[in-house]
Amino acid sequence: MNNRVIMPTQDPNVRKNNFNEVALGYSKEDAIIEASRCLHCKAKPCVSGCPVNIDIPEFIQKIKEDNIDEASRIINEASLFGRICGRVCPQEHQCEAKCVRGIKGEAIAIGNLERFVSDNAHLIIPTPKKANGKKVAIVGSGPSGLACAYDLAKEGCSVTIYESLHATGGVLRYGIPEFRLPKAIVDDEVNKLKALNVNICTNKVVGKTIFMEELQRKYDAIYVASGAGLPKFMGIEGENLNGVYSANEFLTRINLMKSYEASPTPIYHARNVCVVGGGNVAMDAARCALRLNSENVYIVYRRSQKEMPARLEEIHHAQEEGIIFKMLTNPVKILGDDNFQVKGIECIKMELGAPDASGRRSPVEIKGSNFVLDVDCVIMALGNTPNPILTNSFPALQTEKHGCIVVNEEQKTSIDGIYAGGDIATGAATVILAMGAGKKAASSILNYLKTH
Amino acid sequence: MTKIIRKEALNDSIIRITISDQDIACHAKPGQFAILRVNSNGERIPLTIHNVNGNDVSFIYQIVGRSTYELSKLEVGDDIEDVCGPLGKPTEIDGVKKAIVIGGGAGSAIAYPIAKALKDKGADVTSILGFRNKDLIILEKEFSDVSKLYITTDDGSYGVHGLVTNVLKDLIEKDDYDSVYAIGPLIMMKYVALTTKDKNVKTIVSMNPIMVDGTGMCGGCRVSVDGKIRFACVDGPDFDGHKVDFDETIKRNNFYKAFEREDYDNVKHNCNLFKEVK
Repeated sequence: MNNRVIMPTQDPNVRKNNFNEVALGYSKEDAIIEASRCLHCKAKPCVSGCPVNIDIPEFIQKIKEDNIDEASRIINEASLFGRICGRVCPQEHQCEAKCVRGIKGEAIAIGNLERFVSDNAHLIIPTPKKANGKKVAIVGSGPSGLACAYDLAKEGCSVTIYESLHATGGVLRYGIPEFRLPKAIVDDEVNKLKALNVNICTNKVVGKTIFMEELQRKYDAIYVASGAGLPKFMGIEGENLNGVYSANEFLTRINLMKSYEASPTPIYHARNVCVVGGGNVAMDAARCALRLNSENVYIVYRRSQKEMPARLEEIHHAQEEGIIFKMLTNPVKILGDDNFQVKGIECIKMELGAPDASGRRSPVEIKGSNFVLDVDCVIMALGNTPNPILTNSFPALQTEKHGCIVVNEEQKTSIDGIYAGGDIATGAATVILAMGAGKKAASSILNYLKTH
Repeated sequence: MTKIIRKEALNDSIIRITISDQDIACHAKPGQFAILRVNSNGERIPLTIHNVNGNDVSFIYQIVGRSTYELSKLEVGDDIEDVCGPLGKPTEIDGVKKAIVIGGGAGSAIAYPIAKALKDKGADVTSILGFRNKDLIILEKEFSDVSKLYITTDDGSYGVHGLVTNVLKDLIEKDDYDSVYAIGPLIMMKYVALTTKDKNVKTIVSMNPIMVDGTGMCGGCRVSVDGKIRFACVDGPDFDGHKVDFDETIKRNNFYKAFEREDYDNVKHNCNLFKEVK
């Protein structure tokens, strides 16, 4: 009973050649066995580890009782998006990190159970309360905007989401690959909102197609969840060579534009690829590159594997698939051939020095340890900064020096009636933190609307 | 979905289409562009907004590959899957009293709203349009209405025999201008910038790198300006022509050429097969 039920997956040697989902989900038997490991401790520490406070022991109890629909109803009280969160949350740092079972043995596989319930329950969309006559605009249809829209629509608000791309979901659509989060699931989750009469306008860039001042006139409140969309580059020589992508571009071409299938949007099929970075986005980019039939895919990260911010499961899956991890290594410059095409990346080895401001030991270069990796494609997965289109067009909104919108603990911005959350307020973070912010904003907006 | 309400061929490969879109029409300024997807599998293609009249928004494009070819197959009453705009920064025209506007080929379509806006603001506008030959000339009347117009052709079949830079050199030798605006092939804009550099005439070029989202998200459209990375979609598309690394963008724009050529040939071939079956 100390070990969890293992999640079945596609064989690594098979899955590295397809974009189908890697983790296959628990069977009912698996789920009931795993659920029966829950100790149902009174204090429910797991709930406090969940950014949207799902009543975890309660829904696990219903799995034990083989009442999946009731388990789903309990999850839906807090979050409509169990199918997404069960797949992409870093549970090992959240609910599962607090699980008492984890002290001696493995924590309950809460994420796997959430996914099982949400995939298998009959869909029950809550009936919204009577229309309250209040109109709310939401900027961005990513996880934060979707979560906020759900809570507001349930309470009877008329909600309109403005999305800049042609498809909904934000990072769920363009960032996270099909093999980790099938796009049909994103479609299903968005359709639940449409069933609650949420109006979604695609191809509308707030700050370009329509301005904040116009939204202020048309709506009683606004939630800005426009995300951290701007890619970072290192500023090293050779970064503009052909074959150098930001992870955003590489993943957008693959996930949003489907360039791995018959699509007019091209993608470079590289022989050898170097991905720079250690987060989930780096893992996603590397594993996509592998699925485009690259021979060798390297992940270059300047700290050690212990410091990698990626989810453990993604690191594990990437290693199983044969991604080559080059830890304590940092790029120095990218080398090009006569045709302006990448032909290699020069790196230097690092060692860990004293802890920095983030508490992580900071990497220091080892002089003279330079070497060249023979690659024809480099993908920079260095994180993203807030997209400045909205804030530039609306300077009245207070931002901090990195361009994030300043909010208080209620997600309220410097302007009355305007709330913000998700990556545009925090800088790049996780899907579930963005959803948590969306829910908190919804509750603050509902309070605000009582008096406005 | 956005309906095509007007369509006209300006020459064998250049087409003007008009759609009705209140949001774009209300907010678009000269120099801005939109992203279009022709169909549900379509790629995102940036097209500069040519003209706005009431709620009508028009684009002029040249058939250069699969997506513009597929767009050219849509007729009045047909739907374009997605149109998103206006994007990018508007062209800076405030305070300009005397300007030269240069358009190369289909780039003339993008140059037109700038010439018109300058004229509307009371500036003295001279235009130079360059084409390969007489048959490819577009917008002659439109430009004549808002500016003093020179047309050059590579083969001398109309107007001045030679390149736009020949006329430009003469003009800036004889007179002082506040600004030169150049829109067209990268190689043309490069030589325009080189021509104006000696006399240090402010030169604004409209860059057309490969682009995906058009909202700053992908960084694929990065250009080197004064040695720094700038994104054409959000920082541009206009940049100081004397600071742009044209050679780099020319090489970057070649990245997918082989794929695009093959893809275009396949689509044209399939389309012809389809015609035979019918």
